[in-house]
Amino acid sequence: MAVTPETIDQLRSVTDEKYKYGFVTDIDADVAPKGLSEDIVRFISAKKEEPEWLLDWRLKAYRAWLEMEAPEWAKLNIAPIDYQDAYYYSAPKIGDGPKSLDEVDPKLLETYEKLGIPLKEQEWLAGVAVDAVFDSVSVATTYKARLEQEGIIFCSISEAVKNHPDLVKKYIGSVVPYTDNYFATLNSAVFTDGSFVYIPKGVRSPMELSTYFRINAQNTGQFERTLIIAEEGSYVSYLEGCTAPQRDENQLHAAVVELVALDDAEIKYSTVQNWYPGDENGVGGIYNFVTKRAACRGRNSKVSWTQVETGSAITWKYPSCILQGDNSVGEFYSVAITNNRQQADTGTKMIHLGRNTSSTIISKGISAGRADNTYRGLVRIQPKAEGARNYTQCDSLLIGDKCGAHTVPYIESRNPSAKVEHEATTARISEDQLFYCRQRGISQEEAVSLIVNGFCREVMQHLPMEFAVEAQKLVGISLEGSVG
Amino acid sequence: MALLEIRNLHVTVEDKPILKGIDLSIDKGEVHAIMGPNGAGKSTLSYIIAGRDGYEVTDGQILFDGKDMLELEPDERARAGLFLAFQYPVEIPGVTNTTFLKTALNSLRKGRGEGELDAMQFLKFVREKARPLGIGDEMLKRAVNVGYSGGEKKRNEILQMAVLEPVLAVLDETDSGLDIDALKIVADGVNALRSPDNATLVITHYQRLLDYIVPDRVHVLADGRIVKSGGKDLALELEAKGYAQFSSAEAA
Repeated sequence: MAVTPETIDQLRSVTDEKYKYGFVTDIDADVAPKGLSEDIVRFISAKKEEPEWLLDWRLKAYRAWLEMEAPEWAKLNIAPIDYQDAYYYSAPKIGDGPKSLDEVDPKLLETYEKLGIPLKEQEWLAGVAVDAVFDSVSVATTYKARLEQEGIIFCSISEAVKNHPDLVKKYIGSVVPYTDNYFATLNSAVFTDGSFVYIPKGVRSPMELSTYFRINAQNTGQFERTLIIAEEGSYVSYLEGCTAPQRDENQLHAAVVELVALDDAEIKYSTVQNWYPGDENGVGGIYNFVTKRAACRGRNSKVSWTQVETGSAITWKYPSCILQGDNSVGEFYSVAITNNRQQADTGTKMIHLGRNTSSTIISKGISAGRADNTYRGLVRIQPKAEGARNYTQCDSLLIGDKCGAHTVPYIESRNPSAKVEHEATTARISEDQLFYCRQRGISQEEAVSLIVNGFCREVMQHLPMEFAVEAQKLVGISLEGSVG
Repeated sequence: MALLEIRNLHVTVEDKPILKGIDLSIDKGEVHAIMGPNGAGKSTLSYIIAGRDGYEVTDGQILFDGKDMLELEPDERARAGLFLAFQYPVEIPGVTNTTFLKTALNSLRKGRGEGELDAMQFLKFVREKARPLGIGDEMLKRAVNVGYSGGEKKRNEILQMAVLEPVLAVLDETDSGLDIDALKIVADGVNALRSPDNATLVITHYQRLLDYIVPDRVHVLADGRIVKSGGKDLALELEAKGYAQFSSAEAA
């Protein structure tokens, strides 16, 4: 959304109340003091003028989090994180408040331009609506009117809390409860912004909805919360793209994404993640601990996750589907690339509850340099999931001899009629293939990109067109220098 | 100045001498054939010309258009106009023939300072080249060499050659594994590309291919050396008498 004068006034009125919460904040800074406490949780909630129930929910989450311990089961080597040494709220400087995109800080627009984020009118023609998150506050949302015509709500979650409190209250935490896991619980306590999408009954979204996240201010943890609700018979394709500038200090990112698909609804959720992975020695880079989960609540509902993960120093991410409705379908298509010292432990969970539910998992892991890449997946067939089916294919590609690829599939079937298939392969990028490409005039790096993109094709083809092109380029960029 | 000039070339693989002083000179407009028994060093010669890793030049030089070829990376040699039709074409899963060829052609065009072809321009161009080789859209859409029959793989090599329009093409055992019909298609494809501005080096074990691709010069490679050179009749002589006369006892 464009930052309106009202927002500024709201912020002022909130910050004027600073003493109430027992600490002093520089009004202009719009940054909460470093560290995490109940006061910080209250500060964030107050800044956002949230209703009492949401503050209570946040506080319950915070108290639960204090009792929890960070999970250690993933194949990740993580230095201890000092949660008191981070900022949990920072808003970009907004001055007098731009009334339109023309008045948005040109520096912000410039940054977005470099990232290729379409904000201008011509992008309307490209059919992409953008809700840009700069640090913690939404700066601009475009094409809202077009969506409103269809009755679609696409806004920041903070706006949704204000304007559609009943919907938020009904669904937030209904897929990922605030007690779910260490990082999701932390997110529930301190989430600052994110996107909200509501597709009414029978509506097909006329465009791909897109959010680009960007991490900018130093030492700012990012805690987005996204909630997408697809009513009966509706359809939406949602794109999430992420980039972050280079920096030296590790940054924590713990997002939560909740999807709800009712009868005959379909949600397609695509992610390209290329956050700063750290340098070749593993210094710096983003820590990415994400909880993404979809509830296929309705009959014949379908959720499809497609992800291309090339960034972050550490990726801990398992987009999952709870297949509750009969005949519901869950899909997971993933490309995870790790180079240098990157570590990724990613996969999915498909929980089959309803009859004739089916799931497909295609995972492509590429490992180069000294990186470690783990697929970790769970397929669980519950007793009532008569006729459930799953097909899983996990392929790993190794580049060089110092990297690792690991596949950890868990399969639990409690219904004898279920069919579960699992295939896994591990291959090395071959000298023969590289030489063949180079003999045709293709440079070493282009050859690696070509071969790896070929390896990932089954996943890439599930990405929306405009995203696929960017993703293919990213594959090449992220593997630069991986073959000596 | 010859297009390709190989002088006193000595090559070892894992310290084992394979080529022991090759001299070869090919001019533009010419087709040369290198024939020889298995293990004579024929494939080594093609790989060293193309710049494959794992081969060490201990002496001698290769000049291409007067420039030191051994200084160049494999892709630089390709951009300079060298093409190697592989004896065993390599599979690249997930990469369509069209994508592969377009990437390759545009790399060459960039190297020459020409603009890249867009998808539509390229498709038109490649279809024209594919038709005479009996390669249809279906094969263009398939992943490079994946699931191809032996004949399809070789035809595909010739398609790549037709698209990339090399100055010097080296055909490494292109006839191996081909039935007579496929052999004719491949040979027709090669002949169609012959011009006064390019040259071809045909490496083969059998004389058969040379019935269709008629060489200007034939060289016999045995035990790492060119032991005899002559006109096209030399190939017929070899067919009649075999290679035994040229092979040393341990190589035979």
